[in-house]
Amino acid sequence: MTDVVASRRRRRRGVNPLEYLKRPWMWLTLLACFLFLYFPLVTLVAFSFNSYKRGFIWKGFSLKWYEKALNNQSLHEAFFNSMHVAAVSTVVSTALGAMLGLALYRYWFPWKGTYEGIAHLPIVIPEICMAVAMVTFFWAIGIELSLSTVIVSHIAFTIPFVAVVVRARMAGFDKSLEEASRDLGASEWQTFWYVTFPYMIPGLVAGALMAFVLSLDDFVITFFTAGVGDNTFPVKIYSMLRFSVTPEVNAASTILIAITLSLTLVAMIMQSRWTKGHKE
Amino acid sequence: MTDAKPIISIRNVTKRFGSVVAVDNVSIDIRPGEFFALLGPSGCGKTTLLRMLAGFETTSEGEIEIDGQPMFGVSPNKRPVNMVFQSYAVFPHMTVFDNVAYGLKVTGVPKNEITGQVNEALSLVHLEDYGRRKPDQLSGGQRQRVALARALVKKPKVLLLDEPLSALDAKLREAMRLELVRLQHSVGITFIIVTHDQDEALSMADRAAVMDRGVVRQIAPPGELYEHPNGRFVADFIGKVNMLEAKVAGQSGGELVVEVNGMGRIVVPHDGAAAGDIGIAVRPEKTILSADKPGGDVVALKGKVCDVAYYGNESHILLDTDTGVQFTSTVQNDARRVESSVVIGDNLWISWAPGNTLVLAE
Repeated sequence: MTDVVASRRRRRRGVNPLEYLKRPWMWLTLLACFLFLYFPLVTLVAFSFNSYKRGFIWKGFSLKWYEKALNNQSLHEAFFNSMHVAAVSTVVSTALGAMLGLALYRYWFPWKGTYEGIAHLPIVIPEICMAVAMVTFFWAIGIELSLSTVIVSHIAFTIPFVAVVVRARMAGFDKSLEEASRDLGASEWQTFWYVTFPYMIPGLVAGALMAFVLSLDDFVITFFTAGVGDNTFPVKIYSMLRFSVTPEVNAASTILIAITLSLTLVAMIMQSRWTKGHKE
Repeated sequence: MTDAKPIISIRNVTKRFGSVVAVDNVSIDIRPGEFFALLGPSGCGKTTLLRMLAGFETTSEGEIEIDGQPMFGVSPNKRPVNMVFQSYAVFPHMTVFDNVAYGLKVTGVPKNEITGQVNEALSLVHLEDYGRRKPDQLSGGQRQRVALARALVKKPKVLLLDEPLSALDAKLREAMRLELVRLQHSVGITFIIVTHDQDEALSMADRAAVMDRGVVRQIAPPGELYEHPNGRFVADFIGKVNMLEAKVAGQSGGELVVEVNGMGRIVVPHDGAAAGDIGIAVRPEKTILSADKPGGDVVALKGKVCDVAYYGNESHILLDTDTGVQFTSTVQNDARRVESSVVIGDNLWISWAPGNTLVLAE
């Protein structure tokens, strides 16, 4: 009896209790969130194509700001600095972070919880504190600030991100696979490369991507630890903004967004291909 | 018993995890070509013992020799044994062929020999046409065959199987039992299987060791374990049993006089020594139910039927006996009859021949 009433009520409203997307207010909320998140970005990108120099008045489509940005020698330099820093720090922090993640997954040792907490601290402590700590450390041991100090700092703060991702991946690992490998005659080293490492790959890709993007768009730590004249892309854009807000800045930022997005896309495609071929 | 040198010799092996004793002073000799079962409830130490044979755990005390070689400090990849894991542990990112070839590849077997050996191993487990598949395209039973082929291709002296049938459904499990025995006969190597399932151990093994809390209770062929258990634990763990507590009152010339709680004195044939408090028991299928008190030389008890459990081929009749202990009697349903002839509340006699009495000293 109550079932009949309930089903009639449902039919009248025409919406299943779990069909959230059929409710208008749900769409409104989604739209509002989307606007809030992306309106500034969309404006930034749109006005990079504006032919007018100042402010937010649309005067027609133009690619001249891209041309200007691409011919800006110091922007070039900053871009390659950024790529250099991101590439080197990603390789090193992926290797170290993977080892940390694997060790935390595999071993138990006294004070492990504390060690783990401290190892993951860079994720939660404010970036400005990391930056100040880094720069005072470099001063204290007498190392001159340069792109190398930027790289070292980036490695330091991206390691825990890689470790977290790798460890999460390993949580689903069946330890008897390693035992089976040893049982079949493989050494520990062979077991790692033939059995454990292939399983880690999706985690490594995700971790490396994260490290790369974090390094690429980092401002605070880079700003503090870079030597005089060693600009990275975000730092350069900031200094351009201080002189004048021209669409050239918009164009440069758009390029950065495009690079980040396409890298993410590539990684996502790689990962989905990989998991499709290797379902557990 | 002493016809051949044991392929595996476990001598006074103890394994401690902190203060927990998982395996307690165990000694077992396993003969070449034997199908041996380590049987016991979960947590009895059987898997730990198997893992010590494979080299995944070290012994705390005692020695393990495989084919005459002491195994202390020998890592798993250097032992002449291979293992089939409970989870099968088939490498998910490799094809069936690569899984089976793995053990050959890592030990440097030449490529041109690998293909032939792998195909041979795959045909042994009837997976000839599955070489190019990935494990996620296989059923549970097929994955287990891959694990078997992968271990057998190494031509080990001993194959270790950790609960190999527990993840299969009932029908497949039955088929795999026969399959494993066939496989063992055709390759002729020693199999050691760990199981908690007494049916598995009884139906497949040549001999079994029954373990309880780290201790081996009895090592014997299946028939002997069932018909001559050496103690209460083995009698109770293997098959169903009706057990009464008793005291030895006297012994003479192969006969034992026992005073049974709530039943009085009975005389049972018994060869070995027995004294003090013992258990006497009888298997349900060796009892007879009757309405009147049976005559002749039998042990008989009066009881009231409290439950009738129907299993199709047989029924289990549960009786509250005068001794205060519940007895089960198994009745074969050997004639087509829908209604049971015994109903709850019937007063019946349950009896058995004295020779069917198990005397449990331990």
